[in-house]
Amino acid sequence: MNEQHSAKPHITVSNMTMAYGDFIIQQNLNFTVNHGDIFIIMGGSGCGKSTLLKCLIGLKEPSAGAVSFDGEDFWGSDDDDRLTMKRKFGTLFQSGALWSSMTLAENIALPLSLYTTLGEKDIAELCSYKLSLVGLAGFDDYYPSEISGGMNKRAGLARAMALDPEILFFDEPSAGLDPISAKLLDDLILELRDSLKTTIVIVTHELASMFSIGDNSVFLDAATHTQLTTGNPVELRDTSPIPDVRNFLLRGEPNELSDKGKAL
Amino acid sequence: MTTSATLTVDRSTAGQAMLVFSGDWVISAKRPEIDELLGEFGTEGAAISFNSDNLNDWDSALLIALCAIHQQAKQYQLSVNLDGLPDGARGLLHLALAVEERKGARKSARHESLITRLGNATLDIWGSCVEITAFIGELVLSFGRLIKGKANYRKSDLAVVIQEAGAEALPIVGLISFLIGMIFAFVGIFQLKAFGAGIYTADLVAVAMVREMAPIMTAIIMAGRTGAAYAAQIGTMKVNEEIDALTTLGINPIDFLALPRVIALIIMMPLLTMYSSLIGILGGLAVGMSMLDVSAMQYLVETQSALSLSTLFGGLFKAVVYGSLIGIAGCLQGLNCGNNAMAVGQATTNAVVMGIVMIVVSAAVLTVIYINIGI
Repeated sequence: MNEQHSAKPHITVSNMTMAYGDFIIQQNLNFTVNHGDIFIIMGGSGCGKSTLLKCLIGLKEPSAGAVSFDGEDFWGSDDDDRLTMKRKFGTLFQSGALWSSMTLAENIALPLSLYTTLGEKDIAELCSYKLSLVGLAGFDDYYPSEISGGMNKRAGLARAMALDPEILFFDEPSAGLDPISAKLLDDLILELRDSLKTTIVIVTHELASMFSIGDNSVFLDAATHTQLTTGNPVELRDTSPIPDVRNFLLRGEPNELSDKGKAL
Repeated sequence: MTTSATLTVDRSTAGQAMLVFSGDWVISAKRPEIDELLGEFGTEGAAISFNSDNLNDWDSALLIALCAIHQQAKQYQLSVNLDGLPDGARGLLHLALAVEERKGARKSARHESLITRLGNATLDIWGSCVEITAFIGELVLSFGRLIKGKANYRKSDLAVVIQEAGAEALPIVGLISFLIGMIFAFVGIFQLKAFGAGIYTADLVAVAMVREMAPIMTAIIMAGRTGAAYAAQIGTMKVNEEIDALTTLGINPIDFLALPRVIALIIMMPLLTMYSSLIGILGGLAVGMSMLDVSAMQYLVETQSALSLSTLFGGLFKAVVYGSLIGIAGCLQGLNCGNNAMAVGQATTNAVVMGIVMIVVSAAVLTVIYINIGI
């Protein structure tokens, strides 16, 4: 899991401040996500993880600072350039957020029909293939309301992958999934990264999953309204000098590993 | 049977105040007012301890009292010894006090003066005017993209909303129009028969329906039926993050959701209005034939002579205006919906209210314009 990838910055966040009106959510955020990384955004409830994700995927403009993709400023670009950048993202929302008036196949087909010149047959084949990737082969003509929450989430992932994005964003992917499904989803995420070289950004507080798949992370703190640290989640757990971060990653339990780490 | 709860203060030891709980400290039992008991406390700086030997049953009521005592003790910096409390109560008290109350988290009741509230309400109205204007601007841009062929929407969606806003509205529009036509005919016959001009009821019904009633009644039905449905659909999509999913894919929600719906209403409203006029005239005919001594042919000939093309087109133009206003109100409220179930209900209500207000205001404006240009 600590496999080294070419450390080429993909997403760079510099001096970013997010606020709703006068209410500052987070300020002075600085971190870099490299190509092929699985990057975890973590922190306690209500610290602004989801808001940070919104700033990254273009739903909310930060009140200061910049986000850039491959060195290109995202919020400073004009609408057309921003749209081009957006098409390189795929996002899996917390609830799946499938369009409820369309079947699963139509959900996946929509971005394909808008942004590619593929014919109907090709699109239908692609949809079936993407659905089979997430274990939903044969569910093409089901409506989101006819399948379970976990299946909705997987179908949402299939839609996020429709355009073979360079970056996949996940908002709490394992929330509401049973442990086995959550593990399968983690495996799927690793597989996607390894085979497609996709950069992956995940908002989560599922400890097991962040330790098993995370390469790098940023820890947001609700009290100080800024990031406390960045780094590999396992290393942070074992060696972080910041008690709050270790506490969070060890669920507030005694830090045996960290003591060992220090002794070494 | 519960015995009433009592709390007494034992000051037999100097510098010590022992709080003695006895009886049943349960929510359902009669309990002393803890604030009154504590009023005198703290000023003398006695250390607090507890005695619960005679305490029978207890629940959250005891904890509420303990929390209040703890607050008081903290305020006057008294030392508190919890040893005399039941184990469970001590544990719960620790739990309740483990996390300090967050500063500013408690919402204070605000009393605003009448002038402040009036001012805020006025600003709200101004804000919603700005909102509507901005949304109309967005829609115009969206129409521009549609003409250039750059608007992202699904033709199948357009077909579905046209069906919902058109064919499926026929029964209700038909029923209401038929009744309105009949009511007009009744009123007309009773008034005009006195002058021996009963046949002019046909003129009355025809002109009233085609020019005013068909457009406005259809519009009000559609505001309640379709405008509300748009707000609820789009609002629910917003709650479900579906709108965010569109936006992140670079699909403009106005192109994708609002444009087809507004187009559907602009296309279907004139058609529904014509249908409504026809049914209204038939309603008038039914009453006319039964109460006047005229044949269907005579009634229809009279109707035809009363109507002109400009009357018809005047009515149809109104229908187009009302239709676009209903679509704007429904889609705007849906897209501005908050992120919870209550907000969807609010958005639906607002869509209907805003739709009807805009219909009536524009009806008045259009009538004045029509009179001035002589239609």
